Amino acid sequence: MVAQVEETATAVNAFVEYAWVIPLLAFGAGAFTLFFGKRTPGRGAAYGILLIGVAFVWSLGVLWHFVHGGGEYETATTWFEIGSLDVELGILVDGITAAMLVVVTSVSLMVHIYSLGYMHDDERFTWFFVVLSLFTGAMLTVVVASGLIQLLVGWEIMGVCSYLLIGHWWEEKENSDAAIKAFITTRVGDVPFMFGIFALIAATGFETTNIHELGEAIGAEGVSSLFVSMAALLVFGGTIGKSAQFPLHVWLPDAMAGPTPVSALIHAATMVAAGVYLVARMMEVFVNADVWVLQTVGVIAAITTLGAALLAFVQDDIKRVLAYSTLSQLAYMVAGLSVGEAGVTAGIFHLFTHAFFKALLFLAAGSVIHAVHSNNMSDMGGLKKDMPITFWTFVIGSAALAGVVPLAGFWSKDELLVVTQEHTPWLFVVLLLVAVMTAFYMTRCVLLTFFGRYRGHAHAHESPATMTGPLLFLAAASIGVGFLGAPGAPFGKWVFFAHPEEIVFHADVALLGTIAAGVGIALGYLMYRDRKERDPLVGVLGPMWNVLQHRYYVDAFYMRAIIYPIRDRLSAGVDWTNRYILDGVVNGAAMLGRGFGVVINWIDRNVVDGFVNATGEGANASGGFLRSLQTGNVQWYAVLLFVGVLALTIVFVRIA
Amino acid sequence: MVLTFSALLFSAGVYGVLARRNAVMVLMAIELMLNAVNVNLVAFASALQDVNGQVFALFVIAVAAAEVGIGLAIVILLFRNRETINVDEVSLLKW
Repeated sequence: MVAQVEETATAVNAFVEYAWVIPLLAFGAGAFTLFFGKRTPGRGAAYGILLIGVAFVWSLGVLWHFVHGGGEYETATTWFEIGSLDVELGILVDGITAAMLVVVTSVSLMVHIYSLGYMHDDERFTWFFVVLSLFTGAMLTVVVASGLIQLLVGWEIMGVCSYLLIGHWWEEKENSDAAIKAFITTRVGDVPFMFGIFALIAATGFETTNIHELGEAIGAEGVSSLFVSMAALLVFGGTIGKSAQFPLHVWLPDAMAGPTPVSALIHAATMVAAGVYLVARMMEVFVNADVWVLQTVGVIAAITTLGAALLAFVQDDIKRVLAYSTLSQLAYMVAGLSVGEAGVTAGIFHLFTHAFFKALLFLAAGSVIHAVHSNNMSDMGGLKKDMPITFWTFVIGSAALAGVVPLAGFWSKDELLVVTQEHTPWLFVVLLLVAVMTAFYMTRCVLLTFFGRYRGHAHAHESPATMTGPLLFLAAASIGVGFLGAPGAPFGKWVFFAHPEEIVFHADVALLGTIAAGVGIALGYLMYRDRKERDPLVGVLGPMWNVLQHRYYVDAFYMRAIIYPIRDRLSAGVDWTNRYILDGVVNGAAMLGRGFGVVINWIDRNVVDGFVNATGEGANASGGFLRSLQTGNVQWYAVLLFVGVLALTIVFVRIA
Repeated sequence: MVLTFSALLFSAGVYGVLARRNAVMVLMAIELMLNAVNVNLVAFASALQDVNGQVFALFVIAVAAAEVGIGLAIVILLFRNRETINVDEVSLLKW
């Protein structure tokens, strides 16, 4: 293989130069756990924790390079060639990559450690760790990929892993259904994504799969802007699927069927983050497309963020509250990105902070579920005293999500608000409204879970150190990472598109954001201060309550309009094929076999047995005849002898 | 003339072998057949002026003496075991 190395000028440290080691470490962890896990003490969890720990340190090394103002680094080699098309395998490390690497490896590491405690009694413990590591590896592949085909490979491995993890407890039909739903729904988005990639490659004359080179070629003269716009829209289809944007958002809440650490991983670091990352990574394409593409992206983001936040109001399952919150927050990021190149820093920054506090919230929720053996908030309440660490970390996570000063969510949300206020005021209003709603439903969630009277049955207790440890780490991160994006902080220097961004801080926007959070929290507190028999929202929302309970009937619509007709016809067709074609072939073969058997039977009985019996009978008969000559009388023998001699003599004399 | 005589002698031997029940008589009949052959051999030797025939006759006489020795020994053993020398009654060697 001919190595095609294109290096950028600036000096880089070894961590950046060998950044491809990071995904390999995670894949290696998966392979080690798979092959040696069951024979290792501790059922193989150590491989994942150790190797992903190394990957985390490595990622910090990569980040170090960018914190010190290092430039981007790219190196690639030819994977294979199709005609003139050079499909490459390489790494593209810039600030966005570095930030994503740190997020993915740190959250994944925490999830691995947490799973030690959470999955302790699971019968497929080792397998769980295998897929967890593989999932991480796939996401890291997507993050470092320099070529689109390479990115797509990681993207699809991630889809498989999400299927395996969501369906980890497949013994229950509901869980395997959720896994299938997640897989197929994201697939609906992946197909447009794949065609988008092909369209981009075709538009630039089948030369390269490199993201930067494609971006440049798209911007060149003579490429139809309509074609580019369509390609960009197709690529965004991938984001709609993976990041669960409207109208393909239906799989994400159902993905809660998986074990809680998986939910944390999917919602924070991998999978859904990949969609947002993709938009940021492909921004060159989006800015070269017609304006209406990014506007469409913005509209979809607005619909998703509002719709999902509303759905979070009415959930009883604590994980579903968080799931809809994730939907809403992802759309928040996409809304920021829809502004264009100016939104990249803000969008990725929110992705960065959101990963920490959403992972924290999920893991803390898992800790609660572990204690009360139920997902429903109607079985919780009053857990504040029994689970102090879980309580405080959950509150920190909620506050960060709500955007309370000075936690991580505040800074990143503020950044998004600033950007949208400058470029698309109507999105700014939507985002502000969602900020109020977010604060409201998180307050509701905290009050229902930790305050009031305990309504469950199991004896609640604090979780073991393997679970609270990651909670504390993530809580610290949820408080701390926001300051990277505080005024004058360096985040915009290393995560940017085209040119470094200065983090801007408008006091009025920050004040509006804080007021929004405050209003949300106050409303939530007033409504849920004392637990009533009926959810107070039922009265407030009126008929809307039912609509929300049924998720706007979107799931039902998909089932009735798409799934049932296809499934029924498909199963009828399969049944027909089975009955008439497959059964026909099988029965025909059987009949043929039987007929053949009859013929062989006849031949055996009459021909083969005939020969054998005739031989036996012939021997018997000739023996019987010869026996009669053997009288034992010597003189009789002598008579025969003389008769024989006489006969021979006559014969010889006659012949002579 | 001589050949006719030997043929009659041979036929008498054959008759004796086939018809006599007494084992000693059967042996004597065999002796008749051998001597009929001897007469033939000597007759041809004389007619063809070839001494080989006479030599052959002497061999036959020697062999006949040995044969009678063994044959009579068998008859004596047969009598000791079965109290009979009737060949009809010695028919155990059959199927």
